[in-house]
Amino acid sequence: MSLSFMKKKPSRPLNVAWARFAAAMALLLGVGTASARVRWNFQTPVTPMAHQIFHLQDIMFGVCVVIFVLVFGVMFYSIFAHRKSKGHKPATFHQSTTVEIIWTAVPFLILVAIAVPATATLIKMENTSGSALTVRITGYQWKWHYTYPAQGIGFFSDLSTPVAQIENQEPKGKHYLLQVDHPLVLPVGEKIRFQITSKDVIHSWWVPSFGVKTDAIPGFINQTWTEIDVPGTYRGQCTELCGMGHAFMPIVVKAVSQKDFQKWVTAQKALMVASAAGSSKTWTEADLLSHGKTVFAANCAACHQITGQGIPGTFPPLSAGKKFSAAPAMLQQLRGRGFLTKDGRIVMGPVKNHLRIVLQGIPGTPMPSFAGQLNDADIAAVVTYERNSFGNHTGDVIEPSQVAAVR
Amino acid sequence: MASAAAIHEEHPVGLKRWLFTTNHKDIGTMYLVFSLLMFFVAGSFAMVIRAELFSPGMQIVQPYFFNELTTMHGLVMIFGAIMPGFVGFANWLLPMMIGAPDMALPRLNNWSFWILPFAFTLMLSSFFVPGGAPGTGWTMYAPLSIQAGIGMDMVIFSIHLLGISSVLGAINIIVTILNMRAPGMTLMKMPMFVWTWLITAFLLVAVMPVLAGTVTMVLMDRHFGTHFFDAAGGGDPVLYQHLFWFFGHPEVYIMILPAFGIISQIIPTFSRKPLFGYESMVYATASIAFLSFIVWGHHMFTVGMPAAAEMFFMYSTMLIAVPTGVKIFNWVATMWRGSLSFETPMLFAIGFLVMFTIGGLSGLMLAIVPADFQYHNTYFVVAHFHYVLFSGAAMAMMGGCYYWLPKWTGHMYNETLGKWHFWLTTIFFNLTFFPMHFLGLAGMPRRVPDYALQFTDLNRVASIGAFGLGMSQLLWVYVIYQTVKGGKKAASKVWEGAEGLEWTLTSPPPYHSFATAPTVK
Repeated sequence: MSLSFMKKKPSRPLNVAWARFAAAMALLLGVGTASARVRWNFQTPVTPMAHQIFHLQDIMFGVCVVIFVLVFGVMFYSIFAHRKSKGHKPATFHQSTTVEIIWTAVPFLILVAIAVPATATLIKMENTSGSALTVRITGYQWKWHYTYPAQGIGFFSDLSTPVAQIENQEPKGKHYLLQVDHPLVLPVGEKIRFQITSKDVIHSWWVPSFGVKTDAIPGFINQTWTEIDVPGTYRGQCTELCGMGHAFMPIVVKAVSQKDFQKWVTAQKALMVASAAGSSKTWTEADLLSHGKTVFAANCAACHQITGQGIPGTFPPLSAGKKFSAAPAMLQQLRGRGFLTKDGRIVMGPVKNHLRIVLQGIPGTPMPSFAGQLNDADIAAVVTYERNSFGNHTGDVIEPSQVAAVR
Repeated sequence: MASAAAIHEEHPVGLKRWLFTTNHKDIGTMYLVFSLLMFFVAGSFAMVIRAELFSPGMQIVQPYFFNELTTMHGLVMIFGAIMPGFVGFANWLLPMMIGAPDMALPRLNNWSFWILPFAFTLMLSSFFVPGGAPGTGWTMYAPLSIQAGIGMDMVIFSIHLLGISSVLGAINIIVTILNMRAPGMTLMKMPMFVWTWLITAFLLVAVMPVLAGTVTMVLMDRHFGTHFFDAAGGGDPVLYQHLFWFFGHPEVYIMILPAFGIISQIIPTFSRKPLFGYESMVYATASIAFLSFIVWGHHMFTVGMPAAAEMFFMYSTMLIAVPTGVKIFNWVATMWRGSLSFETPMLFAIGFLVMFTIGGLSGLMLAIVPADFQYHNTYFVVAHFHYVLFSGAAMAMMGGCYYWLPKWTGHMYNETLGKWHFWLTTIFFNLTFFPMHFLGLAGMPRRVPDYALQFTDLNRVASIGAFGLGMSQLLWVYVIYQTVKGGKKAASKVWEGAEGLEWTLTSPPPYHSFATAPTVK
């Protein structure tokens, strides 16, 4: 194991990790250098609030180190000087009201001194008024959706790291697990308000460089804000356990100049018009299959797996003839829709039911509704793909118009 | 009269002795052995977790199974290893420390223990049902827990059982301490371990029913059409978190106050000097217990609470640092100008002091709301609570085990091996958890089965540390086994500086600790 690791990354052998660990220990003792900070501390702050948080953390860290050194300086002196093996005779004191009052009062005063800047920062963080742009963020299992209500733009942002990298069949890229197909694009230099919610379970939207972390809670909208100083690409992750794909729903933000942002908005509007057109035309089978493969990888593979074989007991396979058993509630739902035989094998049921499952989801199971996430062309493509892959040969070709009829 | 005495002297043997026993020592032993077993079960889950996290990419488990492991590691460690462990110490020691023959409610005592094996069989068998064990984390947040499979229901029922066991055990402890003290043993003369357990027992009685109610609400939402935690039906997912953490924060102190008690027994013994500031220690413990009820919001600063609520929870949380600080200062003052020696229990106590304080200080950092927005749900938090729960609760129990094992078994343990156990545990513990602070600061979320490449090096260090930490505990089991089997005879007063009634009894103590109540001056 360690050998292959050394081969893969010759520039960074394990002893570098040790050296860094030692450096971290040194930092804790207050003798570190500023350059050590980049890797051992918060990511580089690029918003006023992230700067203030960084500053607060510096104060806290300093206070903690001083207290630690003082208290344990005393203790280790005692361990050194007052040991029985040196013949030290025990004193008999065991009470001192004066001392007790001092070491109750002094920490209290230190705490008050910390609370003042912390409260000031907190009040600023909670002030979402006066924003120039509003972005609505919705968490889904396991992706993010971004809407710009004033601009009329909305899109999903999915992990774009190939499954082959996650399963170690390909070398991992530089931004492994921290890359998406459609990053959130934001302008620099203006106050941006985020309205954060969720469609299913609780997620949490975190971009470390912004100092913004807010839970996405179904049925509630949380507000927070940021103002980015420096253009660049910033990466974060979901930070509330939201099920199987929790580690696989990153956040990527591209901060651009106001001018570039306006250009991007115009381009997005054009794209949305083109996408709507896709749902009204007739597709060839080959186009449906290739587009379906993409849609499947982005939306379905997290549960049903890229191979379409699902996970025994939890997520049904999509191959006709495969055995599947799970909680009775789920099996009943599958049977009722014609997707499971009496002897517990998966079968490709009627097209209409297939479309309904994708559009409406299956209540009481993890299968969500995709009606709001995918357009008619996407759904037509992915159902065509599913019915002609993973060992299925139904030959069905579903057009967007058929989806529209069921929707 | 003679027949009554004869019944008392009856000692069933074999399985029946353990099944039907009402003796506080037998029950204490069962609790301790059970806790050790669960420590290894939950520890083995952690080994799989660290093996998966040794490299980026999915290696040995699937993401969902990884989540099952994080859930069960937490639940089993908390409810199976730490809590029953401390109840084991309480059973063995409370009657001997207050001069009583046994616990006040012996049959209840038997029942509280025997619920546990059934509860954990139910909980652990959830791995084998369709859908597996819940992948929600030990916090079981709704609506994720509403989505989970039948394993969730099994965990809910096992939590009900564990709650019954804990509450009954706590009532027994309160009744014993309040009613069975020897003449002259006033409340303010009780050993600190007794005090900390009395306060812990009240916490248990107060909050275990809250947890039982909360998980029952999840059960109702799952199966009976209620919408407590479903916004679409007029409920509120955040309500779950308020209820859970109203239990959860006192629970943290349930797991640490008895540890404070053990440390307060060990440090004076090996400093050959009485505990400094006994009264302030009692008041500090009581203050911590009170504060534990009004700080729960600090677990949920990112849910979108109003600023006023965030400020309240920030200030109340910071306030906990005051009584906790008093305790640390008192322990250090106890050592000051003592006559120190460093047998294994003392090493563990000193290790506890240093490392628990690291956990306490990172806790203070977490209290600062703006900074918490960055730390929340990252590996910084994982580092923080393992410093509090492993180098705090678990290492206090290890120290307590070496401290009282000669009393319990009548044999001295192997001092060299004990010291080896301490040093290996301490070194590997820090190797495992110290780097996690930096992982969290640098942006690695907790409860993820896979991570970005920049986190690789520190995760490797943590995994290597974890394997070492796990292996070192086998040494502990070996030392315990060796000591139970035989060894140098232990005197009544095992340690030169030991004070307290338990050291006036023979080692091992008689079956009924104090048949006649001693008089305490």
